[in-house]
Amino acid sequence: MEDSLTPRLELNGITKRFPGVLANDHVSFSVRPGEIHALLGENGAGKSTLVKMIYGIMQPDAGEIRWNGQRITVANPKAARKLGIGMVFQHFSLFEAMTVLENIALGMDASIAARDLEAKILAVMGQYGLKLEPHRIVSTLSVGERQRIEIVRALLLNPNLLIMDEPTSVLTPQEVEQLFVVLRQLASEGCSILYISHKLHEIKALCDSATILRGGKLVDTCDPSVETSRSMAEKMIGGNLKEIQRKPGRVFGAEKLVARGLSVPKDGPFGTALRDIGFSVRAGEIFGIAGVAGNGQNALMMALSGEVPVQDHGAITVSGAEIGRLSAKARRLVGMASVPEERNGHAAVPDFSLADNAILTGRDRMGMVRGGMINAQAARTYAGEVIEVFAVKATGPGAFAESLSGGNLQKFIMGREILQKPDVLVVSQPTWGVDAGAAAAIHQALVDLAAQGSAIVVISQDLDELLSLCDTLAVINEGRLSPAMAVADARIEEIGLLMGGIHGSEPVGENTHAH
Amino acid sequence: MRIKLEKRREPSMAMLVVTPVVSVLVTMLIGIVVFDLLGIDGFKAVTDIFITPLITSYKWQDVAVKAAPLIIIALGLSVANRAQVWNIGAEGQYIVGALCATGVGLAFGTMGGPVVVTLMVAAGVIGGAAWAAVPAGLRTRFSVNEILSSLMLTYVAGHALSYLVGGPWKDPEGRNFPVTAPLVDSQTLPVLGTSTVHLGVLVAVILPFVFWYLMSRSVFGFQVRVVGSAPNAARHGGFDGKQTIWLAMIISGGMAGLAGALEFTGVLHKMDLGFASGYGFTAIIVCFLGRLNPIGCLIAGIVLAVTYVGGQMAQTSVKIPSSTAGIFQAMMLFLILASDILVRYRIKLVKGAVA
Repeated sequence: MEDSLTPRLELNGITKRFPGVLANDHVSFSVRPGEIHALLGENGAGKSTLVKMIYGIMQPDAGEIRWNGQRITVANPKAARKLGIGMVFQHFSLFEAMTVLENIALGMDASIAARDLEAKILAVMGQYGLKLEPHRIVSTLSVGERQRIEIVRALLLNPNLLIMDEPTSVLTPQEVEQLFVVLRQLASEGCSILYISHKLHEIKALCDSATILRGGKLVDTCDPSVETSRSMAEKMIGGNLKEIQRKPGRVFGAEKLVARGLSVPKDGPFGTALRDIGFSVRAGEIFGIAGVAGNGQNALMMALSGEVPVQDHGAITVSGAEIGRLSAKARRLVGMASVPEERNGHAAVPDFSLADNAILTGRDRMGMVRGGMINAQAARTYAGEVIEVFAVKATGPGAFAESLSGGNLQKFIMGREILQKPDVLVVSQPTWGVDAGAAAAIHQALVDLAAQGSAIVVISQDLDELLSLCDTLAVINEGRLSPAMAVADARIEEIGLLMGGIHGSEPVGENTHAH
Repeated sequence: MRIKLEKRREPSMAMLVVTPVVSVLVTMLIGIVVFDLLGIDGFKAVTDIFITPLITSYKWQDVAVKAAPLIIIALGLSVANRAQVWNIGAEGQYIVGALCATGVGLAFGTMGGPVVVTLMVAAGVIGGAAWAAVPAGLRTRFSVNEILSSLMLTYVAGHALSYLVGGPWKDPEGRNFPVTAPLVDSQTLPVLGTSTVHLGVLVAVILPFVFWYLMSRSVFGFQVRVVGSAPNAARHGGFDGKQTIWLAMIISGGMAGLAGALEFTGVLHKMDLGFASGYGFTAIIVCFLGRLNPIGCLIAGIVLAVTYVGGQMAQTSVKIPSSTAGIFQAMMLFLILASDILVRYRIKLVKGAVA
């Protein structure tokens, strides 16, 4: 055992400059052996840059990194792993066409026989209760399952310091609890954990100390157990946190979006079929769909957005009109908009300007097209309006989508749909990987849109989000949707059980997934 | 000191324009060095290939006539490549286009005039498009890779050419050579004065601007760019990926067919085995050197045509085979693809010897 007085990791005056921004400005803090240390800050505060330097992806321009008291230079991630630093990224680096096992094997620095590796993987998964089938192809996995690959990959290295970048964004409450058990177990074994998150109650529940960054500068290092979520959030955003404002005594209008007997066959051997899904959303109502990743949310989103039209034309209606077989374009024309969960490459084109991204979904409703030709000025004006109304931090309508931070791009995408005043809006994971300030703004915008009489469906794996945002809630499990319940009467345990379904949230041990 | 590649926040527009120019210059530089090492006057060889045709006014018409098919084919390919549809079979579509024009011309016998010529050219467009529709159908229906199917169809087209000119369409007066009877004058494209510059050259000058306008301003151009850049986003935006593949293949095939028909009616006036001259493959280089941009294709088409003409000149002046031009063309493609990295990354020299 190391001397517990020597920090496992110590940063002194770390500075990193990018063209135009100071991403880290003399950041100093330390992590003791066995400590779970939170790194807190809004998107763009410099957390990712900081951990990339610890993991050797980037080199600091100034300052020193000490590892067990020794000054070190982490030349690359391989060197970091050799030191015993593991990392689970927010954006996964997985090959879609390869299996879980192959992906993990590729990430290993030493070559191991596939059979031995599989045994090791199964052991780690069993030990920490992480469910994963080693031979499945990654492209068929949900976001939650993909994350588990990354966690297993990091744990296989027996790290002394594990960096977790936003690990719980896509997990159920039970899965989060399980992850915390894993992390606490690791910490008790002497492994230090650097935990990046926006979820303040998680940090309060898990972390021994927290370092807060804002605009690249260290704001405070505090003890989360004596802080409140609110006080930490305010340090993080440097101002007062807004809560969702709702008008009291709301009444819902007529049914706007109705799904009845909506069934969709499996898309590929590992997809999830939708079975007899039925629900209705009234004007002014926010309808939440909870569920563990990979239970048919993607298929439901595709069916509702029209990206994959359904055979039964009457299975989905908007204001009474049947739209099942309509394309995404035709649905937008009847007032139904959508926002898929993946921002880059699905909701937005990364190497297009924001104006061009406004054309992507707004061209017909916002009068950007005339006789097959695009009115570029109208697109720029609309993009500019979205940027202004939703306080998107961007250089202007000409900025490329990929140059925006995740939270800002998400605000732009949500704003692009909301300002089109859709009658029905379907959104998936609206605040995934988005900082507290942006998440609050997005939530408020959804509530405001509902107040104007739109019907909104929110598909999310973040139960806290659904409970605070929605009026009504249903749970999707194995492609089936539970009956709807009013959020006011819902009990968390019941929702948790519905989310678990037959997949259960118990450790893997008892079932071997024989389907 | 070490060299570091740093990702740019946004792709560099300046580099997008500069790298093709640099590629051409570097190609010339490498040519000078390599030829000197081979004991040939490298500077003279390179100037003959790249410069002399440009400063020799009587070579201009050669350059223009050679550039026309390259530009027209490359325009079509630029649309396909933007949609990430890889039509490698333009050569075959070019041949089939010319064959269709030949067929129509033969059907009219000695009848000519603007209507017949228009019909011949239209047949070329339709033939090229139909030839490209095969890989499009295979790709959208059966997920067959269009790179392979379009390339293989080029060989089919080549065999069709040799069958037709050596069999049914052979010139009865042609002393048994595999060649069709020359077109009657009224079935050929008008030329400028006494030069060899035919109407197709004008088409090759006008079309890039039409394509530029449509690709940058129309919903179709937008659709092609989105499908190529982010297929999922295209689906989200309500664009049909399969329809885009169809249109991209048909447009690129139709343009190659147009080029073939113009070459036949404007330059060669008869079909023989030499018709398969490789323009359809060289146009791929034109398309990338022109950055998939229609105006870029116009400029790059001229550059490549210069190397063709220059290659022939260097044959007599410095005694190197005219196929040397092909090496330079390939080198340009290689360098332009390699320098693509500068569009998204910048090179930085970093102090400190970190391994």
